[in-house]
Amino acid sequence: MIDRIRNNQLWQLIRANTLEKIREPGVLFWGIGFPILMSIGLGLAFTRKPESVRHVALISADTGSYSIILKDDKLGNTTFSMERMPWEEAMVQLKRGHVNVAVSIGDSGYRYHFDPMNPDAQLTYVRLSPVLNKIPSTDIIQHPASSIQYPASGIRHPGYEEDLSAVTASEVDVLTVTGTRYIDFLIPGLIAMGVMFSCLWGLGYGIIDTRSKKLLRRMIATPMKRTNYLVAMITVRLIMNVIEAALLVLFAWLAFGITIQGNIPALLVLFLAGNIAFSGIGIFLACHTSKTEIGNAFINVISMPMMILSGIFFSYHNFPDWVIPIIKPLPLTMLADGFRSIFIEGAGFAQTATPSLILTLTGVVFFTIGLKLFKWH
Amino acid sequence: MSPSPVIEVKNVFKSFKTVHAVRGVNLTIYPGQFVALLGPNGAGKTTLVEMIEGIQKPDSGEIRILGKPWKGHEKELRQVIGLSLQETRYIEKLTTFETLRLFGSFFGMGKERVEEVLQLVGLEEKRKAYTVNLSGGQRQRLALGIALINHPRILLLDEPTTGLDPNARREIWEILRSLRASSDTSMILTTHYMEEAEQLCEQIIIIDEGEILKEGTMKDLLGEDSSLKNLDDLFTALTGRRLHD
Ligand SMILES: Nc1ncnc2c1ncn2[C@@H]1O[C@H](COP(=O)(O)OP(=O)(O)OP(=O)(O)O)[C@@H](O)[C@H]1O
Ligand SMILES: [Mg+2]
Repeated sequence: MIDRIRNNQLWQLIRANTLEKIREPGVLFWGIGFPILMSIGLGLAFTRKPESVRHVALISADTGSYSIILKDDKLGNTTFSMERMPWEEAMVQLKRGHVNVAVSIGDSGYRYHFDPMNPDAQLTYVRLSPVLNKIPSTDIIQHPASSIQYPASGIRHPGYEEDLSAVTASEVDVLTVTGTRYIDFLIPGLIAMGVMFSCLWGLGYGIIDTRSKKLLRRMIATPMKRTNYLVAMITVRLIMNVIEAALLVLFAWLAFGITIQGNIPALLVLFLAGNIAFSGIGIFLACHTSKTEIGNAFINVISMPMMILSGIFFSYHNFPDWVIPIIKPLPLTMLADGFRSIFIEGAGFAQTATPSLILTLTGVVFFTIGLKLFKWH
Repeated sequence: MSPSPVIEVKNVFKSFKTVHAVRGVNLTIYPGQFVALLGPNGAGKTTLVEMIEGIQKPDSGEIRILGKPWKGHEKELRQVIGLSLQETRYIEKLTTFETLRLFGSFFGMGKERVEEVLQLVGLEEKRKAYTVNLSGGQRQRLALGIALINHPRILLLDEPTTGLDPNARREIWEILRSLRASSDTSMILTTHYMEEAEQLCEQIIIIDEGEILKEGTMKDLLGEDSSLKNLDDLFTALTGRRLHD
């Protein structure tokens, strides 16, 4: 009995495909290591209490620096590092993004120069100006950096320090509940992205590679059943995707305390639907070409726009309103939004049934067309 | 009464856009016959063999294997054919054993047959080596092993020794000779090497630009004209070109 299973071609295809994948170190890195590294990098960058430094150009003929530190228990400390430089130099630094605000000193006080379209520059302005405006400009002018003594209070930079803790203490309620942090937004997106890349590369590129090696041609010159080949490829992909996603969720739970708020069966159904959608797309893109370069280009053309538009790393609501209706039906958007609603908002089948269905249909349609056009040799 | 042919090719044509790869070929091959298709690059050898293998379809003409056309008999014909393509790269990180096991499973063959084949093609020592790490000669022997795994009645080998040094080539010849001695498998083999055709096959078919120029045994081919010393000379006499540049 056991021997009959072992000699079965579907079993051997699954086995060969699995061995091929797990023996390739790159597969493990891109599938498992990379999403975890990404969540560590981005998670720490945005989840830690910000101890931020904002660079500001101070228009002046001489050089040196002056800093203003805003101390804040709740929002984290912010240091404004004001570098003295001439106007031309400040413009160069602005273009390079080293500073996002330039401050000049006129007769009537400080003037702030920045691009109002840049939200980061606005934030620098809004936080810096109330404090800076309190400091007489003569103070700053009369203290060329070289002549400023380090204050005895132990501040590292020469300059000015203001404690805002008292202000924010009464006004600001810091929300650290799970679900509102950046990492909570990020993890479901990373899972969706993993499914996409894994299907496009693992399945689509894998098939093209097999065809380009003439191995596909060699295999169908035997009594191998063609459906068995595809079933084996898809099965192995699905199993690997489940493992990759499970490891990422496990890591996110251990490192960031992320939990799944919503309905787990709904999550599994959506996950399966996402795999069907992207497997279908993978089979479709791989149906004809035997050139791996073309496969590579196809995958980039399909995945890059979705990577940018679908809101994996930041919300797509930053895009103008008229693009949103184009973004929402993209498979990656649907999958990422669906995962987020389950992870963060506690959604269940009621909210995810529609995307699950649409994703499944998308996959079936692409799969059917792909199979019709499929070139076996 | 002669036995019924295993392969019949009748007036087969095949073109790719403007290239006429195969132009009106007729062939008949009987059980136990070893036949060489000898011709230069681009002669149409691969195209012809792949049509016999049922991988490519002729534009016109008829091909029958064991008296049956490919259409409608694919399943049973695939069971009795063993073949190697001109170049196949196998799954890189799969061992020799695992690769044979995979192809064996397509024919319902188990481990025992894989062991036999490993021994037959002399790859026992490389059973645990990844296919990507095999030498050219070892890789060709693996391809031959895969072709033989189902005890094929018909063996179709496309340039099984191209690119190998004389020693590695002779190793493959030995395997094929012992196969001829021990079974009634029929074989078509394509080659550029006249020595290979002479050594292995009683029937030699010289093909160029999609047409059969001449066929027969060595004696038939050279016998008529005493000025011809070997197949190279014959090819030059027929085409005005040499088999090898
Ligand atoms: N898929 C194809 N598309 C276009 N032309 C092709 C195709 N396959 C073969 N040809 C052309 O048909 C002719 C015969 O090719 P074929 O591969 O059968 O030659 P061959 O005898 O096997 O040569 P070689 O010894 O180099 O393997 C060549 O001119 C080749 O360019
Ligand atoms: Mg060829």
